[in-house]
Amino acid sequence: MDQLTQHTLWQSNIRRKNWLVWGTCFVLALLTVYCWSIMNKDTIWEFVYDAPEQGADLVSRMFPPDWFYINKLYKALWDTINIATLGTLLGLIIALPVAFLAARNTTPSVLFVRPIALFIIAASRSINSLIWALLLVMILGPGILAGVLAIGLRSVGFIAKLFYESIEEINATSVEAIESTGASRFQVINYAIIPQVLPAFLGVIIFRWDINIRESTILGLVGAGGIGLFLSSSLNVLAWPQVTLIIVVILATVIVSEFLSAKVRALLIG
Amino acid sequence: MRHWERPHYIVASKFWRLSLWLLFFVYLVIGIGSIDVNWTRVYEGLERGSNFLSAFLHPDFITRSNDIYAGILESLTITVTSTVAGILLSIPFGIGAARNISIKPIYLFCRAFIAVSRSMQEVIVAIFLVALFGFGAFAGFLTLTYATIGFLGKLLAEEIEGIDRKQLEAIKSTGASWLQSIHMAIWPQVMPRMVGLSFYRFDINFRESAVIGIVGAGGIGATLNTAIDRYEYDSAGAILLLIIIIVMICEYLSGWIRKWIS
Repeated sequence: MDQLTQHTLWQSNIRRKNWLVWGTCFVLALLTVYCWSIMNKDTIWEFVYDAPEQGADLVSRMFPPDWFYINKLYKALWDTINIATLGTLLGLIIALPVAFLAARNTTPSVLFVRPIALFIIAASRSINSLIWALLLVMILGPGILAGVLAIGLRSVGFIAKLFYESIEEINATSVEAIESTGASRFQVINYAIIPQVLPAFLGVIIFRWDINIRESTILGLVGAGGIGLFLSSSLNVLAWPQVTLIIVVILATVIVSEFLSAKVRALLIG
Repeated sequence: MRHWERPHYIVASKFWRLSLWLLFFVYLVIGIGSIDVNWTRVYEGLERGSNFLSAFLHPDFITRSNDIYAGILESLTITVTSTVAGILLSIPFGIGAARNISIKPIYLFCRAFIAVSRSMQEVIVAIFLVALFGFGAFAGFLTLTYATIGFLGKLLAEEIEGIDRKQLEAIKSTGASWLQSIHMAIWPQVMPRMVGLSFYRFDINFRESAVIGIVGAGGIGATLNTAIDRYEYDSAGAILLLIIIIVMICEYLSGWIRKWIS
């Protein structure tokens, strides 16, 4: 008797789970179709249908790339790299205190300070660097400074989030050991926490620098300096051979930065 | 009394440590020097900045409520459709790009496709797709679908390459076909993580959908751009607040669902 009830129970459980899975899929499919119909309310399908012709036309305009244009791009490329690097540093400087205020085991107050730090992280993370740049260009005027600040403000949330998660994961024993010697709060952070989280921190910084190189290539579209500025002006005058070259340069930069960051990470963290 | 110093972890040699710091400071001086700031313009802008801050604290959802509603709705619908389409398309690409179950030519093709998709910024892809397909949400949908395939395809491929081989062999030894072995041996192993990553990508897609509107690919980004161009800071503040709130809800929900599944 006992066995029998267990058996039926097990079957019905699976069946209910299957129904749940299929039901979720069905609802998701309905939702997708509904969203599709709303989304394409204003789509002009004639433009979509002639996309192959447009594409062929575009490709014929884009090639060959205007290779000589590269002489004008060196300065912009240098600016782009500066925006990414200085922005990462700025983000790091702001993120460090925020991370220690947000981590459950180092925050001075879980009730008051931690939520504020978490809100700073969430706000910085949910706004893309291009939108930060849009705002900062309006305030500071076009230029590299707006780009550096945009990258920095966007990086704060990312760096602080990963930092505070690794701070929360540390081994509490060594913290207690240092505390028991009568060390101050700052000394505890310096001698017990920093050595444990340093490899993770370095990995995060390099990872973010790599992302920032990508993001800083397009900030110029809203006027925040770098190679995107040239992309936007070439697009505006429909100089497609120049656009091709700029895209090639951007792709090369991204690939080189990815390669570099992988090398440095392997060197530092092993 | 003996003085104790924390050991240095990264660079053990004192010479290299000092020279690296020196190099770093030289770069810092050059780098910061390359920023030329127009201080009068900054000074003029500070007033706008404070205006914007106060507008952000008193957001105006009402005046442009129709535009904001349409923009948010468009962003959300783009996010849903592109995430679903991206997941469906990333499955064949992910399987094709996993070395342990794919054949060489397909493996190389899928890896190349994923690499290209990952190294292209969404905004740049959007510029081209808008040129091809016209302004509006459809170009945004294609952009985000394309980006999702690269993102999820790579992670799925890595996940499949990291599976436990024993289950695959066990299923194969029963005489299962290739499709059956994927369904019975691989799918159960990678499914929980795939669901989590899909929600994560949903999150990213919403954030990106707020950006690609700036280059004409539909969504709330276009509304935001217009609001800033018109100096309607209170409407812009309202839009930014909405974006933050929706992203936070998405993150909270996806965390909750991931916990529920695993």
